[in-house]
Amino acid sequence: MTASLSSLREVSVAFGDQPVLVDVSVEVAPGRIVTVVGPNGAGKSTLLRVALGLLRPDRGRVERGARSVGYVPQRLTVERTLPLSVRRFLAMAVPGRVPLADLETVLERVRAGHVLTRQVADLSGGELQRVMMARALLRRPDLLVLDEPVGGVDMAGQAELYDLIAALAREQGTGVLMVSHDLHVVMAATDEVVCLNRHVCCAGHPESVSRHPEYLALFGPRVAASLAVYTHDHDHVHLADGTVGTHGGAGHVHGPECRHG
Amino acid sequence: MDEFLLLALAAGVGLAVVAAPFGCFVVWRRMAYFGDTLAHAALLGVVAGVAAGIDVTLGVAAVGLAAAALLATLRQGSALASDTVLGIVSHGALASGLVALALMETVQVNLMGWLFGDILAVGWPDVAAIWLGGAAALALLAALWRPLVAMTVDEDLARVEGHPVGRARLGLMLLVALVVAAAMKVVGILLVTSLLVIPAAAARRFARTPEQMAAAAALAGAVSVAAGLWGSWRLDTPSGPSIVVAAVALFALSQAVPGRR
Repeated sequence: MTASLSSLREVSVAFGDQPVLVDVSVEVAPGRIVTVVGPNGAGKSTLLRVALGLLRPDRGRVERGARSVGYVPQRLTVERTLPLSVRRFLAMAVPGRVPLADLETVLERVRAGHVLTRQVADLSGGELQRVMMARALLRRPDLLVLDEPVGGVDMAGQAELYDLIAALAREQGTGVLMVSHDLHVVMAATDEVVCLNRHVCCAGHPESVSRHPEYLALFGPRVAASLAVYTHDHDHVHLADGTVGTHGGAGHVHGPECRHG
Repeated sequence: MDEFLLLALAAGVGLAVVAAPFGCFVVWRRMAYFGDTLAHAALLGVVAGVAAGIDVTLGVAAVGLAAAALLATLRQGSALASDTVLGIVSHGALASGLVALALMETVQVNLMGWLFGDILAVGWPDVAAIWLGGAAALALLAALWRPLVAMTVDEDLARVEGHPVGRARLGLMLLVALVVAAAMKVVGILLVTSLLVIPAAAARRFARTPEQMAAAAALAGAVSVAAGLWGSWRLDTPSGPSIVVAAVALFALSQAVPGRR
């Protein structure tokens, strides 16, 4: 097995006295797509920030083995006061001069070839998302870190972008760590799903995760049913403060992949 | 032309050209209040300079740098919003400067000159200091340009791409402090930020790259200084406010003519 591109071991982060991540372990190997799913406030973006080295965890080990990282943040706001063309925005991704042909090629890959001369502040949400993806690709990354990479992109475009991500992993061995809410896509095109709610509820192959009681508890029977997996009684509830409670007196029984205490 | 007018023109135009690119960052990064705070703190610098018996401009520069460094550290981990912190430091410094000046009965200080500028009092050494110091400041800014533009787009992205974000931000704050200290002589403590903000704002509509905006702002600033001095000479009005009025008129004009889109 090749060395991992990003490895978090039993990482904990708290903002003030509010725990955001508790003993979270995630590993991304070359060519693997790891998708983090979870409700709002589950610490998904925080997890990415720790993996990127933007945030130092309070406890735990972080190893970053990637040579070049491409990052697509959840949102990017370019002030209207800053005059900046898409061409310049893309060229900023790497030091030195970038041939125009390279910029055109990478924009074509994300199907945004027409925006090269536009100003970044004038792009629509979906266009900006594609341009950010193109900028990440320009870095020839061996690790892609994507925070909801298809937000604002139309339905057809979403499928295209996910296909592109999958192709990068299969053909170039790029490791991918991403946050996504598109559970259908996640289940179809991911090697490993990490179901996060401050702690790792369950992790593993999409199929096994989708049957995991904690996953069902987190997303509810309706989502689960829409994904055509059988519903399952779970033995604990997630309380509003993010802690794990129990039904009645019986304790919570951990599943095979469950890593939380 | 009288020599004092020539001196004023040389000092004012030099300062406007140097201030222009910094003014662009003040506009892009919403640092206008930060500039005001440094200017207000400069009055304490005047007091310190007079009390210590050193050159007043040195005192102003020293206090400005200290205030910038203080604000850079206060930014991190404060429970208060940054404009609240700036409001406290800004008006605290201005008020204590005024109180301290009143207590120093033995010293005669031309308060109006400091508050509204006294560009007609500059000598050749001042002009030389502005041009040489300004060239040095611009050289340092050029060295930090790439990371500064990158972090203006997005700080996290800049950090992931390996730009020295912390160093660039501190560098920008310290350099703005020096520019503010130098600009005080021209337009005074109360109007100093205008020399940074207004030419940059006037330049925005005519620029498609950050560099174009900086160049256009330099031109707008130089024209404002020249027009303001001419008006001040013809109409016998105070020079600092006349320059700012000219800059505002130029800004209004820039909004009226069609820009590049």
